[in-house]
Amino acid sequence: MDPIALDIAHLFAGGLVLVSFMLLYQDRISGLINIFALHALVVSLSVAWQAYIQHAPHLYITAAIALVVKAVVIPVALHRMVVQLGIHRTIEPVVSIGQTMLAGVGLVALSIMVMLPITAEAGTLAREDLAFALSVVLLGLLMMISRRNAVSQVIGFMSIENGLILAATGAKGMPLVVEISVAFSILVALIVIGVFLFRIRERFDTVDIHALHEHRGEQP
Amino acid sequence: MAVILDLGVQLGQMLIVLALAPLLTGYVRKVKARLLRRRGPPLVQPYRDLLRLVRKEAVVADSASWVFRVAPYLVFGTTWVAAALVPTFASGLIFSHAADMIAIVALLGSARFMLALAGLDVGTSFGGIGSSREMMIASLAEPAMLMVVFTLSLLAGSTQLSFIAAALQGPGVGLRVSLALALVALVMVAIAENARIPVDNPATHLELTMVHEAMILEYSGRHLALMEVASYLKLLLYLSVIACVFFPWGIATSGQGPAAYLVGTGLYVAKLTAGGALLAVFETLIAKMRVFRVPDFLGAALMLGILAALLRFVSRVS
Amino acid sequence: MQTVLQSLLWAIAALLATGVAGGVAARYKAATPAVYVIALCVCAFALSVGVGSLLGAGGPAPSLTLPLGLPWLGARFELDALAAFFLIVVNLGGATASLYGLGYGRHEEAPGRVLPFFPAFLAGMNLVVLAGDAFSFLFAWEFMSLSSWALVMAHHRRPGNAAAGYLYLLMASFGTLALLLAFGMLAGSSGGYAFDAIRNAAPAPAVSAVVLVLALIGAGSKAGVVPLHAWLPLAHPAAPSHVSALMSGVMTKVAVYGFARLVFDLLGPPAWWWGALVALLGGASAVMGVLHALMEHDLKRLLAYHTVENIGIIFIGLGLSLAFEANDMSGAAALALTGALFHVFNHSVFKSLLFYGAGAVLTATGERDMEQLGGLIHRMPLTAFAFLIGCAAISALPPFNGFVSEWLTFQAILLSPALPQWLLKFLVPAVGALLALSAALAAACFVKAFGVTFLGRPRTRMARDAAEVDGASLGAMFMLAALCLAAGVVPAYFLDALAPVTQALAGARLPQQEGLEWLTIVPIAQSRSSYNGLLLFAFIALAAGLAAEVIHRWASNTTRRAAPWDCGFPDSSPLTQYTAGSFSQPIRRVFGTVVFRAREEVVIPPPGDATPAQLHVQLRDLLWEAFYLPTAAVVGFAAERLNRVQFMTIRGYLTLVFTALVLLLAVLAIWQ
Repeated sequence: MDPIALDIAHLFAGGLVLVSFMLLYQDRISGLINIFALHALVVSLSVAWQAYIQHAPHLYITAAIALVVKAVVIPVALHRMVVQLGIHRTIEPVVSIGQTMLAGVGLVALSIMVMLPITAEAGTLAREDLAFALSVVLLGLLMMISRRNAVSQVIGFMSIENGLILAATGAKGMPLVVEISVAFSILVALIVIGVFLFRIRERFDTVDIHALHEHRGEQP
Repeated sequence: MAVILDLGVQLGQMLIVLALAPLLTGYVRKVKARLLRRRGPPLVQPYRDLLRLVRKEAVVADSASWVFRVAPYLVFGTTWVAAALVPTFASGLIFSHAADMIAIVALLGSARFMLALAGLDVGTSFGGIGSSREMMIASLAEPAMLMVVFTLSLLAGSTQLSFIAAALQGPGVGLRVSLALALVALVMVAIAENARIPVDNPATHLELTMVHEAMILEYSGRHLALMEVASYLKLLLYLSVIACVFFPWGIATSGQGPAAYLVGTGLYVAKLTAGGALLAVFETLIAKMRVFRVPDFLGAALMLGILAALLRFVSRVS
Repeated sequence: MQTVLQSLLWAIAALLATGVAGGVAARYKAATPAVYVIALCVCAFALSVGVGSLLGAGGPAPSLTLPLGLPWLGARFELDALAAFFLIVVNLGGATASLYGLGYGRHEEAPGRVLPFFPAFLAGMNLVVLAGDAFSFLFAWEFMSLSSWALVMAHHRRPGNAAAGYLYLLMASFGTLALLLAFGMLAGSSGGYAFDAIRNAAPAPAVSAVVLVLALIGAGSKAGVVPLHAWLPLAHPAAPSHVSALMSGVMTKVAVYGFARLVFDLLGPPAWWWGALVALLGGASAVMGVLHALMEHDLKRLLAYHTVENIGIIFIGLGLSLAFEANDMSGAAALALTGALFHVFNHSVFKSLLFYGAGAVLTATGERDMEQLGGLIHRMPLTAFAFLIGCAAISALPPFNGFVSEWLTFQAILLSPALPQWLLKFLVPAVGALLALSAALAAACFVKAFGVTFLGRPRTRMARDAAEVDGASLGAMFMLAALCLAAGVVPAYFLDALAPVTQALAGARLPQQEGLEWLTIVPIAQSRSSYNGLLLFAFIALAAGLAAEVIHRWASNTTRRAAPWDCGFPDSSPLTQYTAGSFSQPIRRVFGTVVFRAREEVVIPPPGDATPAQLHVQLRDLLWEAFYLPTAAVVGFAAERLNRVQFMTIRGYLTLVFTALVLLLAVLAIWQ
């Protein structure tokens, strides 16, 4: 296969890791949602490119779904939700942003250390694409645990799914029905989360996790 | 005879760098003004400013020592030498082996050292603010720059800029993730080191927002002219490094003859024009950060640099 | 060559005799200059011997066995390339310290506590470097520690000095114990203590690993490697300034010599993880040392913490060299080792210079606290100039020498992708990032040190009334400053001189540097990297001079003095200028909140109350709390329990003796 084509696919994977770091860097919700739209855009471009070089037309549909649903519909919906809920516009990180990014670099190193030895038979580029995809998943998880805000956890969850799409398309073949079902489940989960956020907000006037923690029914 | 010619070309590079630096800053200011729908100052205004300043009497504070009076010359000297060692229209010039990228970064560090000391010399709080903030920014920007240098030299097998430029022009490089990360990190460091928005505002004199301007607040006359030329040269240096490393096409190699040199010069001016316009657009689009967000910004640059270097260490294709 | 070694040993004996004489005759005024002059002559002689031996190295190393010490072994002394290099380092420091002491010693209030121990300290350090068997090494090491302890306790009535001396003695004894165990394991049960015998024996890998760890503990604690560095910032400032310079600049290097001798020479071929461990500890020391230094206001304590950082840089180089050697990359190992050893030399030069400057400030003003000083550049211009050169050199700025050794270490790091082990592939870029970070922070630290102490306006009367120090002190400082510039501008000669040392330890050497055009240094190959300090220095001087000439000739050269810019609020109080604490506040906020749990608290009295507002900065040393305090608690607890043994009855003691006898007989029975 044309080496430039593989290089471009590899560049998309690396670009997705870069955008995941940009997600970790944000400290305002509107910035976070916009960067997530960029994240989804990069995933859809990557899937479209994979469709082109693998000559797999069904992946074009996956790319289109990712573009429309995740890069347009969900960010717009989230922006609306933020405005209507009147959510506090800055995100408080648990540890400082610098330490979070340092942990992020450690996670990328960890995924490289894990992936490269066990995929010793595959081609070098495919192995590193898998390592990048794993690091996108781990960075999404890091974002979920290191932010105090419910919206950022939703976005972290969705970026994990983007990483999984990257891994699956890079490894040559993911049936369309799987992608449709996954996308629908995400959409459903989002609607449910949105409804719950509204109810929580009505009840407690806040969606900050720390405040909500006191209302858990665990006290003796 | 060939040695004389080589010396002449090297001298030519030093003079071109010195001549173009104020023009570049004038161009950036003009583009920013046009983007804000103003007419803006003329392109040659920085030259006129410098001429005006050198003719004026220098006013020195009572409590200033010889460090204050000598620092402008040393800052100018080190920055000019560093800028002259970066390949602009031709690489592999006769003295280019004297310093590699690490030495160039360290030369800029020397300039910053003298500048910070000059800020502390007069004994007022303004200079202190500038010096302490500048050293904080440097403590993160310099490691980030060094990690970018590591990445590039691991790719090219050398720390000399001439060899890096030659290696990155070659066919074996292609598009690499570590190069992309290094480019992003280098651009972030360049913005921080040149005191551009969003890290510092080069057009303001409020103590809330100044870093570089605070250190040179007491300077006037010919001293101020030298400090200003040094900051123009620093901007030119960073744009030249980005152009030479990431867009190395068109750089002549030493000994190719005057035609190649002319082509190289033309392409170099084109690269500077593009870079300056992009800088102006970026500065207009974005707002200045709070001082204590700058460590996050530079920390991100450092992390990207570390990631790029890590990828170079562990992978053979990234 | 034998006679050279013999004369060296006689010179050391002369030093010891001077010490005794100095102790006896301390109360005479002529004793101080006499002792220092004799020490200066002996050190100069030893320095020339070292230089001659290193430059003329080629033949077998001369060695000598004296009928002292253990009866069946004698005391063996050897002068090989490594010993010659460290002899140079030790005696350069010793010579300049003696020269400095000629001036500084006049203000010594208790000469009887300093004069006998100063030559003894120098003699001890020389003997450690020359020792050729384990027994004389350890004896000289302990002698060196005890004499420096006596010097630390010279002003024992000053607050904090007694505690510093106690901690120093504790850590020194602990280190010697570790080294004793290391040598014991190396010598084995046959008792072959001579270095030759140890070199020929091949210990098992498990034994080698344990010896490495013990060597790290023993030599590392004396050098100041984190986490065993806690005594250094307390003990080094407590001693008189020329002794502080010797302890920081020279004794830590003798510790590095001990480590190099044990691990590179006596231990067999290294395993790859040794390099990882040493480099990691080096990187941690580098960053922790400089962060602590940034938080300090005491000039000498800042310099002592900075020594920890530079020792970290040296150990990074040593660790890289071990990793390369374990993978049979001897050229790269030679490069890393050269970088580390050149940094040993450079650091001893500029750290001594900085301590002499701090001592000069202390003599002139009576203050070590930077917050009480300021504006000294007007009162002490020559000291300020020499101190500035030292600050620039230690911040690794071209064209001075600190930059060259750090550059060589960076080049070694850039050779590391060829290492096959995965852990090393991840560790080395991390260590490189730590090194880069510490270099940048060091520059910040010394801008603070020079700027707050010498620049600005004087903050107290003592700073206003300071006077320049005497000629001997200035002479010592300027000699070292000239050496800083020389080693930075023409490093080729120094690198070539180090070649025999790396050849002996790593099996390879750098390519010949002398004779390259324009005195460039090319550590690996011309196509890889090169550096030319001379050209850079010439260009900078030309550029600055040209600018000055052109502007003064054709534009203006008039200057007018006026009041500084004050925004319309004339402030005559020098207290409004930036202090050391305010200068380091941004860095404290970025790094200190994590590393030191730094907390700032502002106490503002209510309106109407005339008491001043206060800013409290609270820093915690986490290593001290996590490591030292629990250890001390455990030891204290055990000691309390064991104390009961002191108060038993006669029957109790007899039972103890009886039990011991029965146990030993049982062991004997089982063993047979």
